Amino acid sequence: MRPILLKGHERPLTFLKYNRDGDLLFSCAKDHNPNVWFADNGERLGNYKGHNGAVWCCDVTRDSRFLVTGSADQSAKLWDVETGVQLYSFTFETPARSVAFSEGEKLLLITTDPFMGAPSAIHIKRVEAERTEQTQDSIEIIKGHVGRVTRAVWGPLNTTIISCGEDGTIRQWDASNGKELNMKEAHSKNIQTLSMSADGSHFITASADKSAKLFDTRTFELLKTYQAERPINAAAISPLLDHVVLGGGQEARDVTTTSSRAGKFEAKFYHKIFEEEIGGVKGHFGPINALAFNPDGRSFASGGEDGYVRVHHFDAEYFTMKV
Amino acid sequence: MMRPDTPLSRPMTPLERPLTPQSRPITPFGRPITPQARSENGSFDRPITPHVKDTAVDDGVTPIHLNIDWSAVDFDAIELPPGEDFGIISEDEEEELEEIQTETGFGSVIVVDNLPVVPPEKREKLEGVVRKIFGQIGGIRENGLYMPTDPETGKTKGFAFIEYTTPLEAQTAREQTNGYKLDKSHVFAVQMFDDFEKYAKVPDEYVPPELKEYTPKENLYAWLMDKRGRDQFVIRFNDHTEVYWNDPRQGKPEPVYQRSFWTENFVQWSPMGTFIATNHRQGAQIWGGPSWERREKFHHPQVALLDFSPGERFLVTYSTHEPSNPRDTQKVLLNVFDIRSGKSLRQFQGSADDFATAAGGSLGGVPWPVFKWAGGREDKFFARLGRNAISVYETETMSLIDKKSIKVDNIADFQWSPSDPILSMFIPEGGGGNQPARVTLMAIPSKEELRQKNLFSVSDCKMFWQTSGEYLAVKVDRYTKTKKSTYSGFELFRIKERDIPIEVLELENKNDKIIAFAWEPKGHRFAIVHGDGPRPDVSFYSMKSPKNTGRVTLLTTLKNRQVNTLYWSPQGKFIVLAGLKAHNGQLEFFNVDEVETMATAEHFMATEVEWDPTGRFVATCVTSVHQMENGFNIWSFHGNLLYRLPRDKFYQFRWRPRPPSLLSAEKEAEIAKNLKKYSKKYDEEDELITAEQNTTLKEERRAMIDQWTEWKTNWKRCNEDEKVLRLALRGDDSEDEEEFEQEEVEVEEIIDIQEEVITSF
Repeated sequence: MRPILLKGHERPLTFLKYNRDGDLLFSCAKDHNPNVWFADNGERLGNYKGHNGAVWCCDVTRDSRFLVTGSADQSAKLWDVETGVQLYSFTFETPARSVAFSEGEKLLLITTDPFMGAPSAIHIKRVEAERTEQTQDSIEIIKGHVGRVTRAVWGPLNTTIISCGEDGTIRQWDASNGKELNMKEAHSKNIQTLSMSADGSHFITASADKSAKLFDTRTFELLKTYQAERPINAAAISPLLDHVVLGGGQEARDVTTTSSRAGKFEAKFYHKIFEEEIGGVKGHFGPINALAFNPDGRSFASGGEDGYVRVHHFDAEYFTMKV
Repeated sequence: MMRPDTPLSRPMTPLERPLTPQSRPITPFGRPITPQARSENGSFDRPITPHVKDTAVDDGVTPIHLNIDWSAVDFDAIELPPGEDFGIISEDEEEELEEIQTETGFGSVIVVDNLPVVPPEKREKLEGVVRKIFGQIGGIRENGLYMPTDPETGKTKGFAFIEYTTPLEAQTAREQTNGYKLDKSHVFAVQMFDDFEKYAKVPDEYVPPELKEYTPKENLYAWLMDKRGRDQFVIRFNDHTEVYWNDPRQGKPEPVYQRSFWTENFVQWSPMGTFIATNHRQGAQIWGGPSWERREKFHHPQVALLDFSPGERFLVTYSTHEPSNPRDTQKVLLNVFDIRSGKSLRQFQGSADDFATAAGGSLGGVPWPVFKWAGGREDKFFARLGRNAISVYETETMSLIDKKSIKVDNIADFQWSPSDPILSMFIPEGGGGNQPARVTLMAIPSKEELRQKNLFSVSDCKMFWQTSGEYLAVKVDRYTKTKKSTYSGFELFRIKERDIPIEVLELENKNDKIIAFAWEPKGHRFAIVHGDGPRPDVSFYSMKSPKNTGRVTLLTTLKNRQVNTLYWSPQGKFIVLAGLKAHNGQLEFFNVDEVETMATAEHFMATEVEWDPTGRFVATCVTSVHQMENGFNIWSFHGNLLYRLPRDKFYQFRWRPRPPSLLSAEKEAEIAKNLKKYSKKYDEEDELITAEQNTTLKEERRAMIDQWTEWKTNWKRCNEDEKVLRLALRGDDSEDEEEFEQEEVEVEEIIDIQEEVITSF
């Protein structure tokens, strides 16, 4: 499994996203320009210039035509994937963090950070088919998390929104009226991100309390817990096998104080059902901040604090491995 | 030695000290705390102010701030909870109770009785005598000597009050002059003035103490009867202390006992593993038996360090106290307790300077342990290094043997033989180099000098006893001719041979620095780490190799090893060469009999290595001196990693020691000879357990899969119901639902058919 090293960012990676076909990989970093790569060979197609701050998150439509990015420059932008042209920019009073298209891509969800006294919020925007008719208006603004909302995604049939935050909670909101339907104190420390399974039935949370947890999307039932030895920054669920991958490492500010061996910057694989560690992939020399599985489940990408994206194509043994 | 490493952030579990209503605090053992100890609480020389806080004033909270309309409050209707504190327990409570130990202000006054009764004309002379005797010990205050006289006869009454400048001096005076013989008929009886009340309370009639009914106690040795012969260990992390069985067959330890906030700073096993000791603000406690009940408590406020005697008969506790006057040195208080009764048998106190020695290391110059116990399990003698003397105490009387310390001018260090009452002493050069440095062996209690060796141009000596007391190695650092640098050699004493022959050992390269030295336990070999630079060499020597029984021989040298510490197996034969600290936790498991490396491994950042008492397993751990990687690993003796347990804020790992084997040497040899026969039985047992584990694991996994499938099916049903809606939402008419599933499909394909005619001949 020889990794492909994608060198296109100058600053720590924040987010990785494969398109539905699994041929394109979008990467966001704290430098201002998200990149798009061929997932197969790591060749860079181009980047999206226009943001003026760290880019925290992105999402791409099913047909791979449009990209949305959320940035610390207090905006979320819509891009044409193919040409790199900025189509629209949603502006906010505070930095935007997490973005997600709804099923059918008629709606867009953008979370904003607390800043200068303004609380964090989840904004729901309508995505107009005609770009000329696009407006800044939010259909709904949901507030309730204490501190930053680190990630928010759509629940089944766009009826709910699932969010996680620095307060260690996961919350379920009614997308039509913004009411809180369910809340669970999932972790003892802040949750860095959450990631949906391919079928949307369950999701995994990654927390600084050194554990990752699997929850039922509808009921928030705790299904599994994965215990690690380092703070977890990112997690992803394999669409193909019963595996999950966790990434993290000691905090970035402590990295320089020890050698890279000490930091546990490995991407760790766990068996999803048995909760047992089954392997690890080394390589990064800083904490892993982002993880994504290719939708075909035959490769995955990791993005680190070190500014690199590593794309790993699994060997044949991975698929026949007995646990 | 254990160092305090937990923050003292929480109230300690009290020692359940009964707080008597009268002013004098009585310890659980009915012994009054000496004024000396009390003054440590800071309550001596300053007035006691009740520690009552008026919160309303203190916090500046006024009704307006509270937003209460007081006119609307019916005060009569308010019912307060009973009790002075309204049922609210103050956090300062404990502290206050300790502080309210009313002081009479006479802490530095002693009463001297049995003075001669003299007429007025002789009074002055007597005063002079008394002043002379008591003035030696400390400063007597102005008008501090008062000798009452009988108004009728004008004669003295035969007693006097003396006030010293400090309570400490008074205390010392009491200790030193009580029983002082002025002449045959006048033996001083000296008491603290403060103690008089106590003596007054002694009832005139003897009341026999009530016999306590005997309650059977738990078996302290139950842990030795584990069917599978496992060993225990204790770990301490965060606020938790946990005891486990080491169970490598399960690949994880089995919990035995756990308790949060069990101890203030550390836990410590007794030398034979019978007890575990914890320290608290009020004293030390020992615990044992299957339910880990408290066996005894030892009152010693602010105890910082503990030391058991090797035979577990005595416990030495140690504390230092800030002096009331910052210019004074720290005060040191030591107690020797009888473990079985919990009674303090002897107390030692003084300033830290008195206890500090030239060779002293930690604790502001006070070496620990202060008292070194003589070898063997009899616990007969213990000794302390003093200025130009060694004080050897007998446990039977708790006093110095022959009532005086052994004078040894200039003594720098001493060690007991681990098996016999023999002292080895190192005396550095004296008289400006006119007297040579020397190492002396002395038998106790006869004080007979067994052997002496003079050494020249010595800068330092370190003494290493072999654990069974057969050999003593003295590492001698000598100056080179220029006196600018030193080089090291060894003097090897054969204690058990006639006349104690000494042999000199020098390394091949004389300039090599000695980094570590270690005797093989119960054996006749030793290992030395020597060399300069980051990759030193390790050499093994034998005191009696088959060819050369009377001479030390080099067995082998391992070149260029990342090693700085040596850990022999308690059974000998195997050794772990460890490169800790700068070497980041390199481990080499070495078999000295076969002269081969069994395994090399790394426990990254490891700070400690410890063999289990049987020599079957090795624990390596990273303690909280490092931020990351905290936890421990368990290895087999030949270097297989068996399991690991990460724990944040990891402070301590200690194997539970075992008492010495009850088997005779012959029996042990016989077992070693027929090891195959015995091991067969255990192998079978092992296999059985492994098989059992496998089946349970399989069952567990099957259950997990079943559970998951069930959940998944439920979810799918739900999802199927929503399918139409979802597709509508998507505006997509494709039937392509995305979830990937792995399926094994066998495809048979006929590529080609050929017919051949085979003709047989």
